[in-house]
Amino acid sequence: MAEILHFTPSRREVMAAGAASAAVTSFPANAQRVAGSAKPPSKMPVSIEINGQPVQLNLDTRTTLLDALREHAKLNGTKKGCDHGQCGACTVIVNGKRINSCLSLAVQHEGDKVTTIEGIGTPENLHPMQAAFIKFDGYQCGYCTPGQICSAIAVLDEIKAGVPSHVQGDITGRAKASNMEMRERMSGNICRCGAYSNIAEAMADVAGRRT
Amino acid sequence: MRAFTYERAKTPEEAAAAVANMPGAKFLAGGTNLLDLMKLEVETPTHLVDIQDIGLDRIEESGDGGVRIGAFVSNTALASDKRIRRDYGVLSRAIVAGASGQLRNKATTAGNLIQRTRCSYFYDTNMACNKRQPGSGCAALEGFSRQLAVIGTSDACIATYPGDMAIAMRVLDATVQTVKADGNVRSIPIADFHRLPGDTPHIDNVLERGELITHVTLPRPVGGRHFYHKVRDRASYAFALVSVAGIIQGDKSIKVAFGGVAPKPWRVESAEAAIADDRAAAMAKIFTGARPTPENAFKITLADRALAAVMAEARS
Repeated sequence: MAEILHFTPSRREVMAAGAASAAVTSFPANAQRVAGSAKPPSKMPVSIEINGQPVQLNLDTRTTLLDALREHAKLNGTKKGCDHGQCGACTVIVNGKRINSCLSLAVQHEGDKVTTIEGIGTPENLHPMQAAFIKFDGYQCGYCTPGQICSAIAVLDEIKAGVPSHVQGDITGRAKASNMEMRERMSGNICRCGAYSNIAEAMADVAGRRT
Repeated sequence: MRAFTYERAKTPEEAAAAVANMPGAKFLAGGTNLLDLMKLEVETPTHLVDIQDIGLDRIEESGDGGVRIGAFVSNTALASDKRIRRDYGVLSRAIVAGASGQLRNKATTAGNLIQRTRCSYFYDTNMACNKRQPGSGCAALEGFSRQLAVIGTSDACIATYPGDMAIAMRVLDATVQTVKADGNVRSIPIADFHRLPGDTPHIDNVLERGELITHVTLPRPVGGRHFYHKVRDRASYAFALVSVAGIIQGDKSIKVAFGGVAPKPWRVESAEAAIADDRAAAMAKIFTGARPTPENAFKITLADRALAAVMAEARS
């Protein structure tokens, strides 16, 4: 038993190996195509304030904000789901606004202030939204949760700031933090476990406490 | 993703010149559509000119009582603007009917206008697509076409223009303002901005190489009640099967543009006078020349019913 445990890799190592093999399997076609014009990748220095800390990185221009956060700044809280802006797992808050970090180049964010799940709260000092997700069971496997929480916090800010939504009856009026509003505004965050109703409950709870 | 170099332009003219002078260069605004396509190697620019620092991020009154929207204004900022919500409600409604909150925060006015089709064969580099690779053929003609266009198509392409925002801009008679590398500017009526595919479906719009959208202007408000009715497979975060942008006045006169049915926002002004009294005749005129596939013929009926729903809502 002890021997088996000895060879059991950590979750991080398993995931790193998985990422490496995925990279190997997805690259050969490209590698062949560009082999003839083998130029070194174009690199640029990028300064981003991440969770209040200035971070200087030297990155391939192709690096997305998501990969800069995960692979270069070593903040693995933000998750890569679809990598095409469809699932919302990579949602972070940039200069106060939520975006898909997978559909943004790191070089577009020179000088920007980025908040990831690591900057939202800590296990000892949870953000009210994190506490509400726990209280209302707003997750199962947890993979989409960092994106859901970043998005949920930004949604309540958007409602407060008067950003309209598709389910609003009067487009000139102000939206209320209703269940329908939460559902509509969170549609860019997919949860394959299906914790949606509990996420909406958690958000309503935080919204109620805020007002 | 293919390798590329990156720069930030300081002025619109500088951005236009940078793209005009370098083969393979493209403008980068929000990037939500372009980066997606670059990851799939559908788009393969060798140089990106980022326009975020060139001062096109404001919504202002235009001299003639209308509104001037900067190319880099985000979809969220545009939909949230008080004047837009009050005087051009169809535009706010169309924008919030599209994409997700995260995407609308990043996507821009100019980028939304020139977003590319979501035809699955355009995205699939294993398949023939005249829009992606001119002359390669069109896999969609014999493929799955439920989402695709029913009118304005050609034997070379049946892709749909995917956006919502531009459908509202079409019914609002917006104008697209541009600048070229030599500093010359031009104003393009939205009706003339997007192209029908013909035998050159790889050219989506009339922009020339290195021609940068600087603004979209809206004429003086026309009043009336504004509607954007979008029919799709999910209640949120899905492209339109059919959408209707409508402005209905107290005298029942109506302006209407359709999304999800054509390679560009679809509006037939000459049919609008008849809509209030004989909707069926007007719709027959609007869809004259339609060439649907067996999979998407339902869109013509759906467009009529969506318009009927808007007119019923206007009466209530």
